[in-house]
Amino acid sequence: MSQLSFSDEQRQFRDFVARFFREQSPVARARELMLSEAGYDPELWRRLGGELGLTGVHVPEAYGGQGFGAVELGIVLEEMGRVAYCGPYFGSAVLATYALLEGATAAQQERWLPELAAGGVIGSLAVAETGGGWEAETVRASARQSAGRWRLEGTKSYVLDGRIADFFIVAARESGSTGAEGLSLFVVQAGAAGLEVEPLQTIDATRRLSRLRLSGVDAELLGEPGAAAPALRRVLDRAAVALASEMVGGAQALLDSAVSYAKLRVQFGRLIGSFQAIKHRCADMLLAVELAKSAAYGAAEVAAREASADELGEAAALAKALAAEAFLQAAVDTIQIHGGIGFTWENDTHLYFKRARGSEFLLGTPAEFRDRFVEYVSAREAAHE
Amino acid sequence: MNEPAAEQVREEARAWLAEHWDSDLPLAEWRRRLVSSGWGCPTWPAAWFGKGLSEALGEVVQAEFRRAGAVGVASSGVRMLAAATLLEHGSEEQKARLLPRILTGEDTWCQLFSEPGSGSDLAGLTTRAELNRDTWIVNGQKVWTTSAHHARYGMLLARTDWDVPKHRGLSFFVLEIEQPGVEVRPLRQMNGHASFNEVFMTDARVPRDMLVGKPGGGWQVALTTLAHERRLADGMRTWGQAERGEGRVYRELREEQARVMEPYKWYPQRAGRVDLILPVARASGRLPDPVVRQEIARALMLERAAQWTARRARAARALGQPPGPEGSLGKLAASVVARAAARAHAAAVGPDALLAGENAPAEGMVAEVLLSVPAISIAGGTDEIQRNIIAERVLGLPKEPRDDVDVPFRDVRRNPSNVSR
Repeated sequence: MSQLSFSDEQRQFRDFVARFFREQSPVARARELMLSEAGYDPELWRRLGGELGLTGVHVPEAYGGQGFGAVELGIVLEEMGRVAYCGPYFGSAVLATYALLEGATAAQQERWLPELAAGGVIGSLAVAETGGGWEAETVRASARQSAGRWRLEGTKSYVLDGRIADFFIVAARESGSTGAEGLSLFVVQAGAAGLEVEPLQTIDATRRLSRLRLSGVDAELLGEPGAAAPALRRVLDRAAVALASEMVGGAQALLDSAVSYAKLRVQFGRLIGSFQAIKHRCADMLLAVELAKSAAYGAAEVAAREASADELGEAAALAKALAAEAFLQAAVDTIQIHGGIGFTWENDTHLYFKRARGSEFLLGTPAEFRDRFVEYVSAREAAHE
Repeated sequence: MNEPAAEQVREEARAWLAEHWDSDLPLAEWRRRLVSSGWGCPTWPAAWFGKGLSEALGEVVQAEFRRAGAVGVASSGVRMLAAATLLEHGSEEQKARLLPRILTGEDTWCQLFSEPGSGSDLAGLTTRAELNRDTWIVNGQKVWTTSAHHARYGMLLARTDWDVPKHRGLSFFVLEIEQPGVEVRPLRQMNGHASFNEVFMTDARVPRDMLVGKPGGGWQVALTTLAHERRLADGMRTWGQAERGEGRVYRELREEQARVMEPYKWYPQRAGRVDLILPVARASGRLPDPVVRQEIARALMLERAAQWTARRARAARALGQPPGPEGSLGKLAASVVARAAARAHAAAVGPDALLAGENAPAEGMVAEVLLSVPAISIAGGTDEIQRNIIAERVLGLPKEPRDDVDVPFRDVRRNPSNVSR
């Protein structure tokens, strides 16, 4: 059972991380970076990996990480979410890192993780395909072995940080296999022959996406062939928990912004925050944000301990669905409370609105997570009967 | 906690129970022993039926009672609100006379606060009390009075001064219910139950010494009652588990519990019965329906998140961390959960949502949920008032300008008599 509390050390860690991002990467910085060529700040990235150790916060010390867990990772992401941090953290430190932790052999982990944990290389995970989802069943990209080498064919979409990633971890299946069978994870190096990276235009410019075309591209198998589906499920569930943390950070930033504006703006001779129409909207936002936070915190605790795949899946579904809904609703409400100014490019609200829209669909829609949650709870109840 | 003190209290409680606890006593007689010894309310002052122990040491005593299977003082229902209020504001005579019979369970109490014309705006009430020599004469009507039909006393809030602002003209009385000037009528709700009453007072009489606090000081006294009511509402969910033991004490306790809890039997339905949603959907065969599943998921997820939020607040309190907003959201969250649960139940049963009673799914429970959930966002403070409180106290938003605070109450706009009900 989750404790739903943070230790003094974790609270100090949060204060430290929050202060760092507030000072070194405020939302104004995201605004600059989202329009830049690279889409991130390489100098800040080096600091995250080097002096701060945040890119490896949840990586075991044996692989050059800090040896903390999902709770500390959640703290980092929540504080990043507050400032709409613009960079490859989620794609590299969360998705690619979890994929190696869950899906690679010990030898491969030794080879890849230290540099990834230190932020020396940027990784990315490629699962979903055009119009598809983040589930083993929807993977169509295929892998075949020839002359002792693996070759991949297919298309991957919604791939994070495609233009700056040094390598991709790609989900592909044996030709003819279906469902969870025959699925493997492969490492593909950026610049490999037969790999084409096509940047996509996105609503959320602070999170860059690409499409990958794989035409007989050379790949290294991670772990055992055909057995990656359970590992992939754990990777995506852990990532959903992490994304939920990022979303509640963004939602809290929106609530703070809406409330401060309601305490400044005067209409009809009164602060607009004294009108019940505004107050009630703010109170509802607070409730949604706090419920989502509880879900994200509880899910991070589940992810931090040796929970079963189903328990993790249930907690991840809860956190991702509630956080997505709270974040988007907070963005809609914050624009509304700001009135006309909230719809301008100059006001920061749209950065969060776009992040909320992007996060809503990344890793799966809230409706999919809700459906899955009912499946988990129902199966658990049936097992108890 | 001071450990030696805890050990000493534990031993004293254990020794006293070993000597005095007897499950074959009449319930009231056993409780008289608790009252006279102070072990029934160990955190109360030693001068008033307690032992002056800290909350933590009170827990130690509780644990000994549980260990021995011993029954405690009467603590359920409105009577505990009366006890807490009298303990804080009552005169010496009132405490000595009224508290023991509350604790033994011999006297049942009710709360005469809400009126047809003042619900959310409690301080706008218009029941009138006028002093005539040594007796206050009371005229007016109260509503939503749980247990009035078997209460001996009512905590009455009435207006004694119409020439001062609304909060300053109220006084708090102890009204004897069984008298010619008091009429109690059951009030039937839209779900068919009648758990509340209307109470009509026509020249009802309150002796002068049954005023609690000072004339015009009733609002402060009532705030104590209301603070305890919120705590009681939080604890309500865990009630109703009468001790299982054999013997006369237990038998009488179970009867008391059944009587006290009767008006609350539909409260779980009011909260949405989230526990029934999946069984109901399985029974109807609609669980695989994707639209139904979305509604079910929303209810289950909100309930889980609300539970986790309550746990978060408790964990922070236990660790001595500063209280966050998560501690103020329980009431509003309960409304949101209940409404989502009602939608999920309706989706899960389909056209059977048309039916009630024995013809309806889950022996009528689904129908009762649908007809009871509207109460949760009204009772004990409407959602709208909750949102105001959250916005003002947690988020620090400014109060709304008001027309009714700094003027004599007789000049404040009030309900015409025909819109009160």
